[in-house]
Amino acid sequence: MLELRSVTAGYDRRAPVVRGVSLTVSAGEAVGLQGPSGCGKSTLARVAALLHRPDSGEVVIDGEPARGWRHRAPRSQRTAFGVVFQQPRLSADPRLRLADLIAEPLRATGQTADGVRELAETVGLGADLLARRPHEVSDGQLQRACLARALALRPRWLVCDEMTAMLDASTTAALVGVVETYRRESGAGLLAVGHDRVLLERWCDRTVGWAELASV
Amino acid sequence: MAETTKATGTTGAKGAIGVTEAAETATAWRTRAVVRRSTRVWRVRGSAAVVAVIVLAVLLVPPLVQLDQQAVDLAAKLQPPSLAHPFGTDDVGRDLLLRCVYGLRVSLLVGVVAAVVSTVVGTAVGAVAGAFGGWVDRLVMRLVDVFASVPHLLLGIFIVAMFRPGVWPVVVSVALTHWLSTARIVRAEILSLRSRPYVDAAISGGASRYRVAVRHLLPGVLPQAGLAAVLMVPHAVWHESALSFLGLGLPTHQASLGTLVQSARGSLLAGDWWPTLFPGLCAVAATLAIAGLAGAWRERLNPRSRSELML
Repeated sequence: MLELRSVTAGYDRRAPVVRGVSLTVSAGEAVGLQGPSGCGKSTLARVAALLHRPDSGEVVIDGEPARGWRHRAPRSQRTAFGVVFQQPRLSADPRLRLADLIAEPLRATGQTADGVRELAETVGLGADLLARRPHEVSDGQLQRACLARALALRPRWLVCDEMTAMLDASTTAALVGVVETYRRESGAGLLAVGHDRVLLERWCDRTVGWAELASV
Repeated sequence: MAETTKATGTTGAKGAIGVTEAAETATAWRTRAVVRRSTRVWRVRGSAAVVAVIVLAVLLVPPLVQLDQQAVDLAAKLQPPSLAHPFGTDDVGRDLLLRCVYGLRVSLLVGVVAAVVSTVVGTAVGAVAGAFGGWVDRLVMRLVDVFASVPHLLLGIFIVAMFRPGVWPVVVSVALTHWLSTARIVRAEILSLRSRPYVDAAISGGASRYRVAVRHLLPGVLPQAGLAAVLMVPHAVWHESALSFLGLGLPTHQASLGTLVQSARGSLLAGDWWPTLFPGLCAVAATLAIAGLAGAWRERLNPRSRSELML
């Protein structure tokens, strides 16, 4: 179970974007977080994935409180989350070939990069694209690689922050399908952040609106 | 253009004049743009040619030409430029062309080594400050501010004064006083890279601080650091010349652009212009050419800075 308890976070202590928000994702559950642009839902997602230190409040992962954020979080807690961001261009290091991009978490944790081809296959990325660099592929292809990277360490939680906002309908469907297949076989939980209520309601077990979350 | 004028000519003289003027302005503007672009191309080609000539000269002349740059010939002292001595001779009859080549060799060696060392130091310091952030960043950058608050030529003089005159004290002096700007550039660049989502993704993928710094941040700043190094070469050459001219850098018998100009001061007052002019021209040509190439490189890195100064 992933619990966010009265989290207050932002980029300026005097004016936090997220004020006292609590949210729980049960094991294996898919929770959609829907809200307008700029409301703070991405910040909350970053807090949940231990990538942004909140001003107050806590994150509890399977009963164990998060002890630190970013590099200060223990590696086992950090890697429990697979994160996919909105803009694939910004979330891919422009110097890495797609194969290295996908292999990055494996190498960072001291594993061999054998599984890359298989990972690429799961997200529907052709083997011929693996030797290319980010500027040589489309947004959709790059986002597939980013999803493969997020799945590389087989995380127990997936945090998808507007994962499909830049993509067309068919790629959206394909990526959501990949996430769901992974969740079915691994039992991972999902926090999907987005502004598209229709998509989130079809995708997730339950969808929470930002307004109701903030008023609780 | 002629057609436009004719077509609008029927509508009245006033309108025709307006259109003609507009068309002429557009043409003039286009011509200027073309001229500007070709000037730029030729400046880069010219710089490349000068750098090539200088590099070939300093690398090939000493091993291939069996002439002693220190050979004194008092019978031929202070000869103005001639076919036998294209740059003339100095006050003890040494050939100034040969001395200039050897001088460039020493000055460029000092410049390149000092630039590389200062860039490595600056990049390391800036990377540590930027990648760690927090109090490390504050401490390191305040230290940089303290260094920067002392005029760097003064600090450089202080450092060379601690050693016996020679090439290496000058290198150390120039390197230790010139890593500040590189450190600032690298830190700023790293701070901006650090907030990119791909760094978040790397952290989430279990990458350590060190791995993020070495694999994702440093490669991103290397072009800037390389450019800073090249821009530093001419600057370092001038510093070597300045220190040697002040009598603090290289020993006077060792030819460098600075010592050549310095030892020629006396003859300049006597009306002999060539011992000062040619080493000076060599310094100007070498620095302008290297700076010209670096400017072209910067334009490729960041086309928006095209209008900025080339040096």
